[in-house]
This record gives sequence, C-alpha cells and structure tokens, in this order.
Amino acid sequence: MNEHILLPEGSIEKQTNTLNLGPTHPATHGVFQNILELDGERIMKATSTVGYIHRAFEKIAERRPLYQITPLTDRLNYCSSPINNMGWHITCERLLGVQTPKRVDYLRIIIMELARISDHLICNSIVGVDSGAYSGFLYLMQYRELIYEIYEEVCGSRLTTNIGRIGGFERNFTNAAFEKLEKFLKEYPAQLKEFENLFTRNRIFMERTIGVGPIAAERALNYGFTGPNLRAAGVDYDVRVHAPYSSYEEFNFTIPVGSTGDCYDRFLVRNQEMWQSLGIIRQAYEKVQSFKGADAEVYHADTPAYYLPPKQDVYTKMEALIYHFKIIMGEIEMPAGEIYSAVEGANGELGFYLISDGGRTPYRLHFRRPCFIYYQAYPELIKGGMLSDAVITMSSLNLIAGELDA
Amino acid sequence: MALTNDIIREKLTEKFGDALTDWQEPYGMLTFTAPKELNLKILQHLYDDETLGFRFLTDLQAVHFPDRKGEELCVVYHLHNMRDNVRIRFKVYTDIQSPDVFSATSLYQTANWMERETYDFFGVNFIGHPNLIRVLNVDEMDYFPLRKEYPVEDQTRIDKDDEMFGRGTY
Repeated sequence: MNEHILLPEGSIEKQTNTLNLGPTHPATHGVFQNILELDGERIMKATSTVGYIHRAFEKIAERRPLYQITPLTDRLNYCSSPINNMGWHITCERLLGVQTPKRVDYLRIIIMELARISDHLICNSIVGVDSGAYSGFLYLMQYRELIYEIYEEVCGSRLTTNIGRIGGFERNFTNAAFEKLEKFLKEYPAQLKEFENLFTRNRIFMERTIGVGPIAAERALNYGFTGPNLRAAGVDYDVRVHAPYSSYEEFNFTIPVGSTGDCYDRFLVRNQEMWQSLGIIRQAYEKVQSFKGADAEVYHADTPAYYLPPKQDVYTKMEALIYHFKIIMGEIEMPAGEIYSAVEGANGELGFYLISDGGRTPYRLHFRRPCFIYYQAYPELIKGGMLSDAVITMSSLNLIAGELDA
Repeated sequence: MALTNDIIREKLTEKFGDALTDWQEPYGMLTFTAPKELNLKILQHLYDDETLGFRFLTDLQAVHFPDRKGEELCVVYHLHNMRDNVRIRFKVYTDIQSPDVFSATSLYQTANWMERETYDFFGVNFIGHPNLIRVLNVDEMDYFPLRKEYPVEDQTRIDKDDEMFGRGTY
C-alpha cells in the first residue's frame, strides 16, 4: 500500500497519526493535554500531560492559618466548592476536637447535597452535549443557577463559595434561602425527570455511551477510583456511609451502583445520586424545621478561639475583640497531631491529610484529590476506542482541572 | 469478627517482629513506622493476608523533616480495607542524600501518579517506577519545591520592595 504514497524525501514513514487533544480544546472542558496516536480514527496509545493550572496549594497552605485555607479548597473542584469547604472545616474540627450542633450538621448536609446535585447535573448534561444532545444541558442549567442563588443567600458568593467557618456557618440561613430551597425541591424533580426522559432510553445516546470507556471493578479499585466512577463499576463504596461525618448516619438513602463501569453506567449512577441527594435534602430540611425557639437560631458551635465573632460583638465586647484580633492575625495555635479525614466529594473520596506540629499553620497539608488519582486510568479507558468516544469518556469521568492540578 | 487495630498490630508483629516501631493511634487510625527496605514487603503482606486484606491504596505522599538527620524524608502510605472498613497509615523514613524507596506500582496502578507527584515535590526516588518524571511541575525545574528549605513568602516581612509589586511610587 505504501508504494502508492509519495513521501517527501527524508520524511519518516509512520503508520499512525499523532493528534494533540488539548491543552485548550473545547471538548476537554478544562486544561488537559492528551497526545493520541491514531490509526485512522482508532486510538492506539494516549499520553496525558497535566499540571497546566498547578497553583501549589499545599505549599501555600503551609504558611496560612486554618481559616485562610478554606478559600484554597474552593478552587479544587470548583463545580462543588461547598463540599470541599465543609470537608476542610470537618477536618479542622476533628483536629481541634470541636463538636458541632445538630442543626449545623443538617444545614451543612443541605448545602453539601445541593453541591453534589449541581456537580452531577453539570457532568451529566455535558456528557449529553458531547454526544450531540444540547437541550438537556439547557434544561438543567437554570437549576444550577438556582442552587447558586441559594449559596449566594447563605454566604454571598456563587462559584468559589468559601462557605461556612470552623464550627458552623458565618450567619444563620435567611428566610429567602429557605424559600429558594423549597422552590428548588418543588421544581427540580420534574425537570430532572424530563432530563432523564431525554436521555436514559434514548437510542442514540445509548449507542454512543454503552460499552464506551468501561472499567472492571477490580481494575477500578487498583487504580484508586472512588465516588460515582467506582460505583458505576459495581463497588458500593461511599464515604458518607463508611465513615459518616456531619450526622450522615441519621439519614436514609441508598447507594446506586452500576455494573460495567462504562459511560452509560456512570451517567445512570450520577442521575440516581441526584435523586438520592434530593431525598437527603428533604430529610435534612425537615429536621432543620423541627428546631423551635432558641434552637432554631443555632448556626455555629461555641468555639470562640476558632470561630470569628460577629462584627457588632467585636465593637462592643472585650472578649470578642480579642478573639477577632487573634484569629485575624493568625495567632491561634492548634494542637499537634496528624489526621486524615475524608468526605464524599462529588467525584469521590476527597481526603485531607493534615500534620500539625503545634504551630499556627499546618506543618504539611495534603489533599487527596479523586480526579488526580483516577485520571491516570484515562489512557487505558480510551485505548482501542474511537476518537469521539475519548471525548465522551473524558466528560463522563467528570474531570475538573482545578482538582486535578491542585 | 471485625478487624480491630489490636489484631492488625498483632498480625504484623507476628510477621515482621520488632522491625515495625512507633505504634500510635492518632484520631483512631493505626500508625506505625517501618524500615524503608521493608515497605514493599509490608504492602504485599497487607494485600495478600486473608485477615488483613488492605487492598486499596488511598493515599501516598511525603513529608520533609529537615531536623531529623539521616531520615529527613518521610513517605506516608494510607491503606484501606474496604471489606472491614478499616484504615491504617504507615511511614518509612529515608535519608535526603539518597532518597531511594521501593515503588508500589507493581502492586497498585494508582501508585504511579502518586509516586510521580511525590518525586515531583520531594525528590523521593522510587526504585522500580516505570516512568518517574515530574507530573505537575514543569520538566525543566531543578529543585523539589515542597521541601522545607524553600519557604513561602512571609506576609509580614518588611524587606518587601513595594515597587516590585505594583504599589508605591514609580
């Protein structure tokens, strides 16, 4: 065959084509580079390069007091910042031995599950977009907007939330926040149902995703998969159940699992998790409403040494002023010790390994970022598949560059 | 019978004797220190033993202790037994002059990038790693940034030249 092709003098004969997918490519939804070796449209080999938005958070954290590290965690998985924030607060509280009141736990669960929904709905609708179905994305996007409005009511910001403090929240939830939550709980199920109608049994969508980018359970565990991607392979591991935090043990929910670990299973697992999250939010909201009188005003633990006091107290009370000053200037010493604490992030087990030598800042802080860990399986997942399948596989893994590169 | 920290400790001492030291349980997680030559044997034993069954590598990273002469770098493994839902942590210390530690990639695929990251930031040389190159930092970098000899800028330092930071007079 080759004798019919006139190669220029001195050119190297090569059987495959090399294609750069990324670093900036509309289909990668983030800064990822993959150097693909293609035989026609079939991928023979893939090499991933990461680190384009590495920001040295672990190094920066070694110079910051605990409360200043929260904004760093925002920027890990920026599709569900509140889970990262809460995970960090819970780590600090475990290290410091702070007990949070029940109402705080329930409010946190509401926010965390909203964040999980907003993360999954982005991931799933993007899988739709990449497989050629744009409308589902538009249906769900307006509800992410509503979730962001709820964040805004609670903490004042939308994407990088910096929500909550060590010990609780910076202020009580406003009525507007609860009204928006009720609106969300009322309207979202119908919308999600419609989204599922568009996709779940859609012939084209099924053909595009079934059997694409599969991984077996054994392999997934060996690769360190966690979260929806592991559950899609059939392993029912969920940190919310295996190591409950923030009173998750009081809630009723099931862990959806798939079987083949392909794009379709990942899609179904995420959809199911959204329904489960809705259930958890309803239960948590009921529990929050059951608090009456003074109990309904509790929104943080009583830990003056770590919890920033309200501004009016700072101006009028001596103690509050002292604590305000000490916290802001980073003069609070933490107990020495080491702790690994994990929460179920939207992508999997988000762990914080914190070593304190008794100083004002962590001696070492390591983030266990689920994205970073499972992205190394990507070349294996797409090998032998078509180029267009590689794009769907990437979006269905829900890779977030911020979390990957830390 | 559920797997408890005492049983794990007993089983490991039975196998490795006094080589494992510094047994602790900070915040409930069993922690011990092992000689660096044994790290792969311990991982393999924890993986293979029926009772122990630690088959999930949760995390792997390093810590730098410049004051511990002869054992400046510490590689920390977090393992998870998902069946019994128990976690353990163990550490191996290594000299910073010859930071050679056996790679866990033969046992865990996931160790590949974790070890590359550890190499990238601390310069731990994992022996037997298939592709030990930098993963997050640029390839041209010739130092290991998370070591303690590279301090982060102190926010209260006074020798800062404001002009360099776009403030002050020009």
